[in-house]
Amino acid sequence: MLRISDLYKTFNPNTVNEKKVLKGLNLELKDGDFVTVIGGNGAGKSTMLNMIAGVHFPDRGSILLDGEDITYMQEFKRSKYLGRVFQDPMMGTASNMEIQENLALAYRRGKKRGMGWGITKEEKELYIDKLKVLDLGLETRLTTKVGLLSGGQRQALTLLMATLRKPKLLLLDEHTAALDPKTAQKVLEISEQIIFGSSLTALMVTHNMKNAIQYGNRLIMMYEGKVIYDVAGEEKKKLRVNDLLEKFQSVSGGEFANDRMILS
Amino acid sequence: MNIVMALFGAVSQGLSWAILALGVYLTFRILNFADMSCEGSFALGGSISAVLIVKLGLNPFLTVILATLAGMMAGLITGLLHTKLKIPAILSGILTMIGLYSINLRIMGQANTPIIGQSTMISLVKGLFPEAKALGMKDSTLQTWITMGIGLVLTVVVIALLYWYFGTEIGCCIRATGNNEVMVRAQGVNTDSMKTLGLVISNGLIALSGAIVTQSQGYADVKMGVGAIVIGLASIVIGEVIFLRPKSFASRLFSIMIGSIIYRMIIAVVLQLGLNTDDLKLFTAIVVAIALSIPNLKKNRVTAHRRVN
Repeated sequence: MLRISDLYKTFNPNTVNEKKVLKGLNLELKDGDFVTVIGGNGAGKSTMLNMIAGVHFPDRGSILLDGEDITYMQEFKRSKYLGRVFQDPMMGTASNMEIQENLALAYRRGKKRGMGWGITKEEKELYIDKLKVLDLGLETRLTTKVGLLSGGQRQALTLLMATLRKPKLLLLDEHTAALDPKTAQKVLEISEQIIFGSSLTALMVTHNMKNAIQYGNRLIMMYEGKVIYDVAGEEKKKLRVNDLLEKFQSVSGGEFANDRMILS
Repeated sequence: MNIVMALFGAVSQGLSWAILALGVYLTFRILNFADMSCEGSFALGGSISAVLIVKLGLNPFLTVILATLAGMMAGLITGLLHTKLKIPAILSGILTMIGLYSINLRIMGQANTPIIGQSTMISLVKGLFPEAKALGMKDSTLQTWITMGIGLVLTVVVIALLYWYFGTEIGCCIRATGNNEVMVRAQGVNTDSMKTLGLVISNGLIALSGAIVTQSQGYADVKMGVGAIVIGLASIVIGEVIFLRPKSFASRLFSIMIGSIIYRMIIAVVLQLGLNTDDLKLFTAIVVAIALSIPNLKKNRVTAHRRVN
């Protein structure tokens, strides 16, 4: 359903800050894949997600989504296919607006927006039902400004917004990294519940190896802008954190996984 | 008696300028875009209305509509400069503002256009009433009442339209764009279009206000827009202070209208107290600087307090 072929991206080319982030990235996802992505800093994980989302365009290569070439499609246009949750809980929601107004914006993703009311009565019922599933007590706070919510609540809300209209592909970019461990756990559980519940295809970048093994049906490890390890199904279930660390050290030529990867 | 008459005039002036403040609110608070083009579009609205009345003898109400459309064009230019040519927000506004200065001179063919003795919205409405003497008041008093009435009706209409529009799907997208562009793009909305649209509406309103002010003061001047953004901001922050940051959108819009009136009253009082008119702009600038900094200073004090605890 998603096919990334031979993707190259260099930031600040021909300057002292030149950084070759993607060097011929290839990746193919099947419908219903829930893929966790790990890799050290600068491996190109976030860049890959940003290329898929259209935040940056690649220098070379192509991205096909369900056969449609979206490599250079404008960000807001391809948004109709994508659900996105960001690392920063502030990024995914409009803090000055109410919970229901945020949901209403998301509910119209991919639809033509006109002069009809921004929120209708029937929608509110739907939002209450959906918010109940999150089990965070948000269903009674539809008119609360999102800025008053905690980081975890905001991420859960963003997750709901990203999936309110079923996306072809859900992109989770370290969406629990800014949360405390307990909240992160809760948000991850909600993510899994939504992904399996609506049989979504998802790419989840994480720094946490345990989570990468625990969640999803497939795991990829990136290093220097390429996928260097790709494991799925039964084999993935048997993985342990140590296996990943060994794998990482062997490809990186003895370089140790950074602290953040080991500690988390 | 003098001060009472001055305050009376201030209310009517405040209502004429209220729509300017609403326009500034759209860009400054909703879109989070400090739009300097408003100084040019305010004078643009005034110039167009005055010239169409004096040279073409058009119906004054019609000139107000045409002035609004011209203001929208000005907003469109600022929007395109910013979104298509990627010129920073503040600079795109300044470029439009400077360009409009020449355009306004071209429109009028001179630096100002008096419309004394010509038909205006006020004189047309006044024609519907009996003579001032028959009503037992001075002619100028009736004039002020009518100016006040026209300002009030137009401002309330604009507030109603804004309230409706920003509740629609597109309106919600404009509001969200000023709040979090990344999120709005992720929801499939073209944020560039939303910004441009907001600028178009805002500058349309500001030109509308310029046309009303021109007709009520009896002339258009190429410099009439100088400081318009600060006057608009003053009205907004005064409204916010008095209503303690109103929560609902409707009350927020009305607070701006009241803020505009109170701003004019403050000006009337300080002028009565002997402030030189030349110092007015400095006075306004200081008031706005203080009002805008109060929330931030308060916040600092709270965090400092927390640190101690």
